[in-house]
Amino acid sequence: MEPFEYCRPSSVKKVLNVLKDDPRAKLIAGGTDLVDHLKLGVETPSKLVDISSLQLGEIELKSDALLIGALATSSQVAAHHLVLRNAPAVAQALLAGASGQIRNAATIGGNLLQRTRCPYFRSADWRCNKRVLGTGCAAIEAVSDGHALLGTSEACIAVNPSDLAVALLAADTHVHLASFSGERKVPIAEFYRRPGETPHIETAIAADELITKIEVPLARLGQTSRYLKLRGRASFEFATVSVASAMTFEGDTVTAAAVALGGLGTIPWRVKAAENLLLGHPLTKRRVNDFCDALFSGAVVRRGASKLALARGAIHRALLRGAA
Amino acid sequence: MKMPLQFRLNGNAVSVTIEARVSLLDLLREELGLTGSKKGCDHGHCGACTVLVNGRRMLSCLKLAVSAEGCEVTTIEGIGSAEALHPLQVAFIRHDAFQCGFCTPGQIMSALEVIAEPSPKTRASIKESMSGNLCRCGAYSNIISAIMEVVENGTV
Repeated sequence: MEPFEYCRPSSVKKVLNVLKDDPRAKLIAGGTDLVDHLKLGVETPSKLVDISSLQLGEIELKSDALLIGALATSSQVAAHHLVLRNAPAVAQALLAGASGQIRNAATIGGNLLQRTRCPYFRSADWRCNKRVLGTGCAAIEAVSDGHALLGTSEACIAVNPSDLAVALLAADTHVHLASFSGERKVPIAEFYRRPGETPHIETAIAADELITKIEVPLARLGQTSRYLKLRGRASFEFATVSVASAMTFEGDTVTAAAVALGGLGTIPWRVKAAENLLLGHPLTKRRVNDFCDALFSGAVVRRGASKLALARGAIHRALLRGAA
Repeated sequence: MKMPLQFRLNGNAVSVTIEARVSLLDLLREELGLTGSKKGCDHGHCGACTVLVNGRRMLSCLKLAVSAEGCEVTTIEGIGSAEALHPLQVAFIRHDAFQCGFCTPGQIMSALEVIAEPSPKTRASIKESMSGNLCRCGAYSNIISAIMEVVENGTV
């Protein structure tokens, strides 16, 4: 592990000052993603700024939104009554991820910023445009089911691994960011960036910014949300395919729907125009299939590696069996 | 960069100077001589390094030692004693819940949180809750039985 400086500023303001003056400094909270990368030689920051003791972990209701502080841990959020009631898919997504030990340390902010599990990214021995732009993509020559079909480019096919991000995408969440110059909020659909020509840029966060909280709008739709995760092991494994879904009905007729996909995209995947196909009609297998066709539109299957059939099955199970 | 670090370890105050890159696991094993916590993978996959930090189970291999400033850390050395084993330790022996014993400290540290949770337990829920602790000898079934006994009886 390369040596680094370490500091623990005692307030958000002081942290933002450090980030303003040193854009190469990296924040560390739970460390469950970052320390792994430090050991792998994937991340080589010159300075770590420990934010783990800042007061940014509140979970509260404010007007018509659920606010979750960036330093709330996965365990805390998954067990919180406000989350269980208003955004159950968020709790389910968190409990479906990692292990009990990791969930106790891992924070919401860190979860959103976690890096891909692509083995070529995680090993400094391989060419990787995400790790070092311009070196190429070793994965494209050895595509497996672990790689993305949606949102890819010839520069990068790495999957975004966060379960939480998928649930939050279905819930129209906003990500709140702060820097020395001020605060802003970004809809989560705009927070994640497809790789394009710049796979090393994964999110909208700037080098001098900190995630302070996430804002989940309260809605009856959100209360019906669920998270389905399919993977090779029953626990402690990333998603092969996952679905965050929510639906409201009037009688048999679908009145609102939100469906986001994990495990298939370079970013968490949602297509609102596809959801429109479900609205105003009863839910049938045919409609769900049409929805899947629209959701998967643009998928690039390389070397025959495809889990679209599995994703289709997962969506059928999530919508038709789990429909509230 | 060497930093001062002060925390409580198994009830005792500890004060060291340590490089920022040293993990809590390496601090415990290499500097403080507490080799009960094991380095199974050093990357957060196996759970053999599990300790309690402020009462919550965590992986010491993924925690920088300096980030434990002001914390209460408990290791397997702080659980039970030769004269008075912890109920989990008694149950692990009674149920033959280890073979080589390498994963066992991590299993017990992790199980402490399982038995402390008030929610009702089944073998399936214990299995899920303990999924962060691997056992290459395959003692899983007996590990679950040992934990189940303590859940049901409090003591053994």
